[in-house]
Parts: sequence; structure tokens; C-alpha cells
Amino acid sequence: MSTAVAESKDAHDVHQHNKPTGIKRWLFTTNHKDIGTLYLWFSFLMFLIGGSFAMVIRLELFQPGMQIIEPHFFNQMTTMHGVVMVFGAVMPAFVGLANWMIPLMIGAPDMALPRMNNWSFWILPVAFIIMLSSMFMPGGGPAFGWTFYAPLSTTYSADSTALFVFSMHIMGMSSIMGAINVIVTIVNMRAPGMNYMKMPMFVWTWLITAFLLIAVMPVLAGVVTMVLTDKFFGTSFFSAAGGGDPVLFQHLFWFFGHPEVYIMILPSFGIISAIIPTFARKPLFGYSSMVYATASIAGLSFLVWAHHMFTTGMPTFALLFFMYMTMLIAVPTGVKVFNWITTMWRGSMTFEVPMLFAIAFVVLFTIGGLSGIMLGVTPVDYQYHDTYFVIAHFHYVLVTGAVFSIMAAAYYWVPKWSGVMFDEGLGKLHFWCSLISVNILFFPMHFVGLAGMPRRYPDYALQFADLNAIISVGGFLFGLSQLIFLVVMVKCAMKKGEPAPAKPWEGAEGLEWTVPSPAPYHTFDTPPEVK
Amino acid sequence: MIVKPKSLLGAVAAVLYTPNSFANNEVRINLTPGISDMSQKVYDLHMLVFYICVVVAVGVFSVMLVSIIRHRKSRGRKPATFHENVKVEIVWTIIPFLILIAMAVPATITLLELDNTDDSELSIVVTGSQWRWHYNYLDYDVQFQSILATPNEQIYGRLPKGENYLHEVDRPLVLPTNTKVRFLITSEDVIHSWFVPEFAIKRDANPGYINESWTNIKEPGIYRGSCAELCGQGHAFMPIVVIAKEPADFDIWIRSEEQRLAAEAEQEEKLLAMEMSKDDLMELGRNIFLSQCSACHQPNGQGIPGVFPRLAGEGISVTDKQAHINIVVNGSSGTAMQSFKNSLSMSELAAVITYERNAWGNDTGDLVQAADIFNFIQGEE
Amino acid sequence: MTNKQQQDNSSVITKLLAAVVIMFAFGFALVPLYEKFCELTGFNGRTENTAAMTIEGMVIDTSRTITVEFTTRTDRGAPWSFRPEVQSITMHPGELKQVNFIVENHTNQDRMAQALPSVSPGEASLYLNKTECFCFEQQPLAAKETAIMPMRFYLDPDLPERIHRLTLSYVMFDITNQMKDAPKIADVPIRGKP
Repeated sequence: MSTAVAESKDAHDVHQHNKPTGIKRWLFTTNHKDIGTLYLWFSFLMFLIGGSFAMVIRLELFQPGMQIIEPHFFNQMTTMHGVVMVFGAVMPAFVGLANWMIPLMIGAPDMALPRMNNWSFWILPVAFIIMLSSMFMPGGGPAFGWTFYAPLSTTYSADSTALFVFSMHIMGMSSIMGAINVIVTIVNMRAPGMNYMKMPMFVWTWLITAFLLIAVMPVLAGVVTMVLTDKFFGTSFFSAAGGGDPVLFQHLFWFFGHPEVYIMILPSFGIISAIIPTFARKPLFGYSSMVYATASIAGLSFLVWAHHMFTTGMPTFALLFFMYMTMLIAVPTGVKVFNWITTMWRGSMTFEVPMLFAIAFVVLFTIGGLSGIMLGVTPVDYQYHDTYFVIAHFHYVLVTGAVFSIMAAAYYWVPKWSGVMFDEGLGKLHFWCSLISVNILFFPMHFVGLAGMPRRYPDYALQFADLNAIISVGGFLFGLSQLIFLVVMVKCAMKKGEPAPAKPWEGAEGLEWTVPSPAPYHTFDTPPEVK
Repeated sequence: MIVKPKSLLGAVAAVLYTPNSFANNEVRINLTPGISDMSQKVYDLHMLVFYICVVVAVGVFSVMLVSIIRHRKSRGRKPATFHENVKVEIVWTIIPFLILIAMAVPATITLLELDNTDDSELSIVVTGSQWRWHYNYLDYDVQFQSILATPNEQIYGRLPKGENYLHEVDRPLVLPTNTKVRFLITSEDVIHSWFVPEFAIKRDANPGYINESWTNIKEPGIYRGSCAELCGQGHAFMPIVVIAKEPADFDIWIRSEEQRLAAEAEQEEKLLAMEMSKDDLMELGRNIFLSQCSACHQPNGQGIPGVFPRLAGEGISVTDKQAHINIVVNGSSGTAMQSFKNSLSMSELAAVITYERNAWGNDTGDLVQAADIFNFIQGEE
Repeated sequence: MTNKQQQDNSSVITKLLAAVVIMFAFGFALVPLYEKFCELTGFNGRTENTAAMTIEGMVIDTSRTITVEFTTRTDRGAPWSFRPEVQSITMHPGELKQVNFIVENHTNQDRMAQALPSVSPGEASLYLNKTECFCFEQQPLAAKETAIMPMRFYLDPDLPERIHRLTLSYVMFDITNQMKDAPKIADVPIRGKP
């Protein structure tokens, strides 16, 4: 447990002379703001690394034929791109935002378990060094997709699978510890008067996300362990010859995997629910239904996993059940979209960069959701499954969904974090370049998937060539656009910009805007009053 | 100035109206209605769901667009304060629910029809392996494997790409039209997936289990498909080609196939008595090696350390000749090394083993003849 | 942090850790649960690996004729040929039939084989009752031996109306290397010789 905090008005001064500097500060910090910053920079670095893998993929796919890499390396690129983006970029970014903002939003001095918080972060770079360095082993790194289906990942994989499993375990532990921290913080450390139905939506969505993490990360840990033992210790969970079943792997993986994708989007919903009311200068429409909708989405997410498995040969009643459940999830998700739009309706909107990203989120995430409904219709999924149509769908919900929301959050809260306003011109440039290029990149994927191009292909038949060239150009432009974001954020980190007031956004509500910008190292040592 | 995806969607919808009689290499952007009754139903369901999604998107985005234009501070608007309305929430919960039911009903009907493999007239066992398909006509004595026919030179840019680049095989699957054909799909090693868009079939090939699917092809023609489950480095290089013939033509074909296979077996017998020269063995062996073995063991025999053994200068190819023959003929259980005894003739097996034992400086001087392979299979040493 | 806060925290932490442990165990519990589900419903096409009982006075339903097909495969690395004597038979539910499979061991060594059955459509496996099958046990094969392996079975009269055809597939694995002792030819194999 952390040391007792003296309850006095100038408590933050007491600690000033103790505040460490340099490397030691960052290695040993238990401060939620520092840890949030570490997570965010780490996730940005991983985003660029995962993005560079995507650039290699798009470079190879620019034209038919194998020009720059071999198929085995291509499979490593697609695998590492997925793993790095899911576990290294999106999830840690949300954890970073949670660390920075949840204590501020609920009026708490820090997270409930600050030392575990430090561990949760620092094991992540270790995990990724292990994962990425496995690519240099003989036989290459993991090349079985981020979904690592058996027996490709068991009997027919290289020895680097052991490092893959080890790394997954570490990442899983980091997520579980983070989730425990979030739940305990929200349950126990809200300021007096901040009852559950007064919490900001970002706090609600993270609370629900944390429960999802607790429920499914252990199942992932079980699955990767089974892969390890099947490969190295003679078990046959997934081998028919030994009495097992490769389809069992898919059931276990997707039982984790589907809630996992909701883990990657629920915090987004919270961010959008913070930003739109601010820039519409109007309260969020339907707060309680937003809470219930989020909870329903989380609950339903446990009942849809086999929609990733429609072609595995499941019995008809199972196909129907999962089709119906999958379609059902559209209902609470639709409610959320309608509520955001109604929040905008008859508001008084301005379009600063966070709002631009938020509006783009609503439109483009909806497109991703609609292609999701199409995918949920089983007989047609036989045509879509494992084609570029699926890649289009999940990149719309993950890139123009989750990633855009993270960028929106960064622009929204960076004045609080750094004390300066970001460069508006560069921010707008980043937005427009990203918006246009991301659609050039992902929209044509719908078509090339409908036309029959499968996913995870390093080479393709000639009729797919034109669209692939367009997609690759979109990819290069999107990748370049993120360098603008890097410049914007580095400038803020270096404090180069207009000093920001405590509340830079006119319509913003919430406890985080009552503390100065940049937020002092310690805040809410005395709990605030919440009416 | 604002690029609105809504209008992009409109453009897309317009383009998707175009008819589907594209030639081979034209850019398709929509699903194919295919050439069976079921594939047409699947296509119709796809278009129905798509149009509903377009209508929803247009509706939702128009409201947003109106709001963005009219409800701006720069127009001097004062923000309203309303923030809940239970009736409206109920309405926009129920309406989407009803729309989903409208989709679910035709979807259920189509699915039930698709899953019915009864009363088929012809059964084909489809076996996927790394990286080829194998077809076995259960009702006839015909089976063969179907390997990518596109040469490496085209893949690596040394020759211009042919029209059916990556969608051509040495022996296509031939099926009769207007016949309910049942597919029994399985795998020898990892999970593959048999995907032919024009039949609206995609079914996973799971090792140790069988999945069933069916089609009834209405039109003669050539239909091309792909492996649709990541199965290693050859995933993009194991296409499917089906040639559909009128039943009378199919009968002629299947009889001639039976004869061809019988003749090949006879020819094998004759070749057993012959000895090939080292040059002939090396040349044939090299061709076979490049088309069947080099994907894993690499054209220069170096393999991939830790995954595919090196053949150049070390291991079985310079030591134990019998073990070498055994592993090529029978494969190696629990590894990616498959058995080639059903896919290569005895002279081909002899040639490729001879090549491996003498290429890249291995120079063992061993010549393996078809008779040696025959004797090995019969078990004499 | 006050004592009360610490206690509140501990209580939540304990519950969450318990949830983590339970979910980890649940992941492993799903393995036997899945197997049970498959056994009960037959969906993955696996058949029983113990002999079924023949039922006294079982009624043969001559109103239905079912086609049963046989297809075989050897796993890679297995040095034998393995094929059914007949490619398909027709039979009535309730009728007991025998089919033979022929295995030829081409090598000079004694080997041990294990057959893995699979039925399509999957749910038909619930109604396929084998009273005798070489797949129940490991089968030793002497060097150069050709063996005829019988399989006796009947189709339960409750076989659903819509099923008119079954395909029974066997894969024969070479498990010699996994045996600790060399296979003993004197062990009783239940099969005939040519």
C-alpha cells in the first residue's frame, strides 16, 4: 500500500523536495500521471513500430508478385503487426489514458495500487522486447497470425513460439494487474458525492472494460499455455491424433478474442462521450441509457464468439444462435450512436481538433459496425470470411474507431498533461491527412474482399492488382501522416505552445478541469466536493 | 470542403449496380452471384443486407450533416439543454431490433437450405495439405493432387505474369453440371479452407475431421478459388480450379481419367526395368525439386534453420540413402514433411532423391532408380 | 491511506483475484466440457471408442435404405497401404453388417498402428454403433504382414429421417515410435488373415 498522505491544503508542497528526477523518476514512479505518460509514449512507439510492419506489408502488396520479402517473412509481418497493434498500441494507450484521467475524474489522489501500477507498466517493454527479438531467431518469429490457430502454431511452427507464449503471459499479467487497479480505484476512491451515476462516461466504460479484462485475459493465458504444452510437452489439446480437436482452440481463443475487441472499443465510447458534449456545449444525451448500453454490449460480447468460426463446420443450431446474438449487439451499439448524434443536435458546436476526430469516429465507426452486421449474417459470411472484407471491417472499427478516439483524447487532454495548447494548424493538418488517407487505405478493401481476395496473402491474382495499388498508396500516406502527430505531441512535451488554462475548452465539464494545467504532480490530496 | 463518407457510400451503391459479367481480369468490386441457385440466393441476401445498411447509414449521416451545418456556434446558436427522453430511446431501440428481424428471417431460410447435403449424386473427398489440394472421386477410381501451375519465374518477376496468375493448377477438379455434388473436406496437416466464390462455398479443412458442403453447378465453365485459412508460407499458392462440364462430357472425362491413371501405373511398371542416366535423373529431379520441394527447402537446398532442414551439404541427403528414400516416400509424422508416394511417380521420386543427393556439391554419387523406389515400397533392402 | 481504505481495497482485490483464478480454471475446464458436448451431440463426427452392445431382438427397419461409404487415409510417415474392401454398402437401420479393411505393412519391421475414425454428417456418429472395430485398440502389424481388419456395426433405428448417407473415414497413424516396448506380435489382434 502507498504511504499515508498528509491531509493538508498544501500537501503537494510537502513532496516537492522529494520528487526524483532523471531515469530514476521514470523507473520507480508510482505516480499515476507519470505512469500514464509512460504508457502513452510506449503505445505511440509501438504504434509506429506496428505501423512500419504494415508499411512492409503494403509495400510487398503494392504489386502482384514477390518483390521485397519472402512469404514466410510476410507471415511474420502480418502476425507482428496484429500483436503489436492490439497488445502494444491500442490496449496500453487506453491504460495510459485511464491512469492519467480516472483519478482526476473521480477526485482521487492516485490509483489505488500505485506500486503494482509501476509493475504493470514496466513489464510491457520487457514483453515486447522478447516478442520482437524472437523474429531474429532461426526459423523466424511467430508467423501464424495474431490469432495463432493450432496446429499451425503448435506442430508446424518454429521454436520462437515459446517466446511468443512467454511474452503473451507477461502482457496478460500487465492487463490483469491494470484492470484490478482500475476497479479498486473506481470502487473505493471516488470523492464523496461522486456516486456511480454521476461518474463521467470514460470512468464507466473503463470500469466495465476492466471487468471484461478480468474475465477473459485468464482464458487467454490458459490457451497460450495449452499451445505451449501441445508444442513442447506432448499434450494433445488441439491434435486429433491424440484425441483433441483443432476447432477447440478456436472456441477457446475467440471466447477471449471477442470480448477482447470490446475491450478495445469501450474506452473509445467513453472518450467520445466526453468530447462531443464539450464541443456541442450540451450535456450528453441519455446518460443512463449510455451506461446500460455499455453494460449490455459487454454482457453480449460473451455470447457471440463463434461468429469468427462460421466456416469451421459447426452444427446449424449453433450457426443460428451466434448469428442472432451477433446481430443483437447492433442494438445497444446503435443506441450509443444515436445518443451521440442527439447530443450534437441543437447544440452550439465548434470544430477544434478533438471534435473533428470525434465526429470522424462516429461516422467511420458506424461504417465499420454496419460491415460487422453484414459479416454476422452467416450464409453470406461464407463469402466474406477470411477475405479482405473482414480486414476492412476491423480496421474501420479499430483504426478509425479506437485509434481515432485515442488521438481525439490526446488532443483533448494534452493541454492538461503538458500545460500548453497543441499546434492547431498542425493538428488540423494531421486530422485531414489521416482522414483522407485512412479511407483510401481501408475503403477499397471492402471491394477487393468481395471480389474474393483472401487475407494473409503475400501475393494475389491479377484482377486484384489495381485496388491493391490504391490501398498501398493510402497506407503510405496514412503512415506519413502520423509523423505530423508525432511532431505535435513532441512540441507539447517540450512545452512549445500557448500556455493552457485550467479549462481550455469552453463547454468542458468534470473534475479534471478544476485543477491547473499542467496538472500538478499531486492532485486531490484533499478530496473535492461533488454536488 | 468536408469529405463526407456518406456521399462516398452513395457512389459505391451506384457502382455496385453494375452487372457481373466481368472477364477474368477485370476489376470486380462486388460479390459474384455465382453459378448455382444457392450462390444466387447468397448474393441476393448480401445485397438485401447491404442496401439496408446503406439506408441506415444515409439516414444517420444526413442527420449528423444537418446538425453540423446548422447547430454551430459560429451561426450564433445557443445550445439547448435537453439531455434525456425515454420515449425516443425506446423508439430507437425497437426500430433497429425490427430491422434486424427483417434481416434474420431471410438469413435463416437461406442458411437452412445451404446446410442440407442430402441426396447428393457425386461425392468428392477434398484434402488440403501444405500446399496443395488433393481430390478423390469416391464413386470412381480417380484421385489426384492439384498443385499451383504458375512457375516461380512469374512469381519472382523474371517472366511476365500469365492471365491466370496464381489461379491455375496442373490438374483441375472436374465436375458435372446440374448434379448435386457433395464435398467432404479435410486436411492432412494444418487447417486450410476450401473457398470457391462462385459456388458460395467456404469450408475449413480441419485435420482429423470432415466437413461437408455441396453445390449444384448450373453452367459449364471454369471456376477459380483459393485457400482461405492461413496455413503457412504457401497459403497464397494453393489455388482451386474447377472445370464444370455437361454430364455427358463429364462421363467421357472420368472414363479417360480412369484410363490415364491405369496407363500411368502400367508405365511405371515398365519404367521399373529401365535405368535412367545421371543427367536425365538430375534434370528431372531438378524440375521436381523446384516445383515441389524448394518452397520449404529453398531452391539452393539451404532450408530455413529450425523449420525446414538444410539439404545442401548436411543431413540425410549426404548420409543414409534408405532413410532419405523413406522420408521422401512416406513423409515424417508430426512435421510439415509430407508423403510424396501418392503424388509423384516412382521415376519422379527416384529423380528428385538423386538430385538431392548430388546437387549443391553434395556429390554422393548415388543414383536412385525407379526400381529402387519400387523395391523400397515393397520392403526389400 | 487509512486502515479502512486498506481494508476496502483488500476486500475488492481478493474478490478480483479469485475471479482471475476462477476464469483461468474455467479456460481449462472448457476442454473436458467441450469433449462432453461433442460426445453427447456427435457434432464433430467422432465415434465411440468402445464396443456397443448388440440389442436382443433389434428390429430391422426395411423401409429405409442407408448408404454407408468408406474412405481411408494414411498419416504421413506411415509406411503401409490401407484401404476398404468395398467403397460403400447399403443397409437398413437395425441391421448388423461387417466390412473389412485391408492393411499392408510394406516394411521389414514390426509396427504399431492406430486408426482414427470420423463420421460425416457429424450427428450421424451418435447413431453409428460399432460392436467390433479395429479402431478400438492399437493394432500391431508384423513385418510384411497383410491384415484384414473387420468392423462390425449397425445403425440405430432412431437415425434421423433426413440422413440417407453416411461417410465413415479412417486415418491410420503409425505410433510405433511412441510405444515404449516393441509391439508384440503374440498380442491378440481381433482380425482374420488372408
